[in-house]
Amino acid sequence: MVKKILAELQALADQKPVSIMEVCGTHTVAVYRSGIAGLLPKNLHLISGPGCPVCVTSESDLYRFFVLSRKKGVIITTFGDLLRVPAGGQVTPSPSPLPQGERVKVRGIKKEIPIQSSLEKERAKGADVRIVYSPMDALAIAEENPGKDVVFLGIGFETTAPAIAGAVLEAKRSGLTNFFLLSALKTIPAAMEALLNFPKVRIDGYLCPGHVSVIIGSRPYRFISEDYHRPAVITGFQPEDILEGLLLILKQIKSGKPKVEIQYRAAVHPKGNEVAQNLIRRVFTAGPASWRGLGVIPKTGLKLKAEFQRFDGQKQFKLPEGEIIKPNPACRCGEVITGAITPENCRQFRRKCTPEKPLGPCMVSVEGTCAAHYKYNA
Amino acid sequence: MCLAVIGRVIEIREPVGPDAFPQGLVDVLGIRRTISFGLLPSAIKGEYVLIHAGFAIQKLEPKDAKKTLKLLKMGLPRKLRSQ
Amino acid sequence: MADKITLGHGSGGKLSAELIREFLKPLGNPILNRLEDSAVLSLCGKMAFTTDSFVVHPLFFPGGDIGSLSVSGTINDLVSVGAVPLYLSLALIIEEDFSRADLKKIIASAARTAAQAGVKVVTGDTKVVDRGRAHGLFITTSGCGLIPDDIALGRSKIKVGDVALVNGPVGDHAAAVMLARNEFSFSGKIRSDAAPLNDLVNRFLSQLKTVRFIRDITRGGLATILSEVSDEMNWGIELNETAIPLRREVIGIAEILGLDPLYFACEGKVVVFVAKEEARKALRLMQEHPLGKGAAIIGKVVAEPAGLTILRTRISGTRLLEPFSGDQLPRIC
Repeated sequence: MVKKILAELQALADQKPVSIMEVCGTHTVAVYRSGIAGLLPKNLHLISGPGCPVCVTSESDLYRFFVLSRKKGVIITTFGDLLRVPAGGQVTPSPSPLPQGERVKVRGIKKEIPIQSSLEKERAKGADVRIVYSPMDALAIAEENPGKDVVFLGIGFETTAPAIAGAVLEAKRSGLTNFFLLSALKTIPAAMEALLNFPKVRIDGYLCPGHVSVIIGSRPYRFISEDYHRPAVITGFQPEDILEGLLLILKQIKSGKPKVEIQYRAAVHPKGNEVAQNLIRRVFTAGPASWRGLGVIPKTGLKLKAEFQRFDGQKQFKLPEGEIIKPNPACRCGEVITGAITPENCRQFRRKCTPEKPLGPCMVSVEGTCAAHYKYNA
Repeated sequence: MCLAVIGRVIEIREPVGPDAFPQGLVDVLGIRRTISFGLLPSAIKGEYVLIHAGFAIQKLEPKDAKKTLKLLKMGLPRKLRSQ
Repeated sequence: MADKITLGHGSGGKLSAELIREFLKPLGNPILNRLEDSAVLSLCGKMAFTTDSFVVHPLFFPGGDIGSLSVSGTINDLVSVGAVPLYLSLALIIEEDFSRADLKKIIASAARTAAQAGVKVVTGDTKVVDRGRAHGLFITTSGCGLIPDDIALGRSKIKVGDVALVNGPVGDHAAAVMLARNEFSFSGKIRSDAAPLNDLVNRFLSQLKTVRFIRDITRGGLATILSEVSDEMNWGIELNETAIPLRREVIGIAEILGLDPLYFACEGKVVVFVAKEEARKALRLMQEHPLGKGAAIIGKVVAEPAGLTILRTRISGTRLLEPFSGDQLPRIC
């Protein structure tokens, strides 16, 4: 079956370069682990977009995580992906203006302090940081440690948001008073649109994230074909699925009739999982979010609704707000994440920035583009 | 953002309270865990489901589930598979 | 006798003597029983000598414990260079308040493993440290053995065209320990594969003419070990992804947590390089041995790319395998 798809891809390929972007960290890993890239026709370029929630967590959000982990009596619970992500730069009371010219208030920071840390480093210095598999595990830890405050670091996209919403609802239902959420949750379709408007990035088609789509369905991607006239194919994660997704995109390009298609029919229904969508709406409200490399994108952040404010770690612990980190200028993760440059274009790649000593999330995260390139290209 | 696995529902327990989510046991290639069915309340015993972060998020047709599960198993002769 | 180990047990006095006497029983042999400062051995020939420390936790896991692990681990290091393992040392660092019953179980387990392998523990040491300084128990073992004159294994013996075999499914040990730690509330039937492999290795060394090199697959897993084997050589290793034996439960835990089982540690597996002509015979010899069920031919030695280990994936793609010996972190993404 693989041979058949590859043959069809080759048949459709011509000299014209085609750039297809995938926006799911799990797709990046699947591509790398199966060695697909080497099998594709030469004109077909698969680029990795900002689909790794860890990679797009801003330095300021990470800084807030570190600040919280240093507080006495706090247990940080997190997905494993975040543990080694470094944040570096200058903590500054006067943040540089954000892309849209917004300025944000900063409380509690009086001077510039250089920071270079990670949750793993904080743990080595004595912070209680625990990896969990599910946000529900964080609730269990809160129940087992009534004298401590348990904070869950909410990173993820729409696949994970309902699970976190579920945990918050369960915390409310059982009357937990020592469980909190620090949300850095984001929604992906608006970011996909922002990318289509980036001058440096060329996207001829989108491989849409399979499991995000299990939750949100296919409707949210309609703007890609209707307003931007590019193909969008919701794709699964086996290499066979990815190849089929690419083929469907090429076929659409050839036919000149772009649309939103579901390759991952086994798990994705056009309406998505409505129970999960309702849970997101019940617990969260949309607000602006700061995406590393993309800047602030309105309406892509998920924050707790007023009804659930008592679970908000930001408020409870009076963490400094806003964009308070001037990122390390040497780190070009932002440009890698948006596909504007390849890892090889970055001067730090393989030199000052390696998997053992990463400067940014693209290198430390398993699905980070730089980490994948480092391992894949000898 | 999207790591999810296919598992089979072994049992679903009664929710502990009026608004509580039902929880139950799933089996993923022989590994078992209790997960929440709050996002998939219609799941029943014996079904194949997609699991993410300790929650079932979607049902799968047996033929689709088995097809993917088959792709994952490698290299071991059948008689040793469930030792 | 108290049921916990105290600092007094390590101080060299009456309590220490008591402890040692008690543990001599399962380990006992004429050399150890002399209880001299040093074991005096008579060895003639090319000697292999190795040492290893064991800090595994939990101390007990399905398929073994730190005792059996420390003995089989060192035996396998000796076996990998073609030596017949003969003598071991066993040094324990015990945390204050450690359960005496547990210590007894662990020593018995070490003794059983040594006896099974026909190896003698001839010298040892015990120290007791304050609470908090030893995570329960640490063990260091050293071992020596003799390499027969007609055996000369080495990476330099490996040639293009040779074949690589493994004696069974990989990753069992790491997966068993992961489940035993119960950090994420998963359950499953996986047992550590910890076992001394001297009998298995001896079997094919004596019956095959072209065994080039043997490596035991420990920390870092198959991928790390092989990328180290191929490092800087003028040949490379090409593995066949679908031929690598993996238990479904090991795949299961790897899939759930987003980990790569090719990097899971083993404690009872070796990778063996033989000439192509003897590949089938080597496979048969392994499969006929109790510790070789599930053995498979997993790859071959190729001219290009030299110095590297690559994986031919299920869809015939290519993936470079790089060494990684740290801890993989569970992923959500």
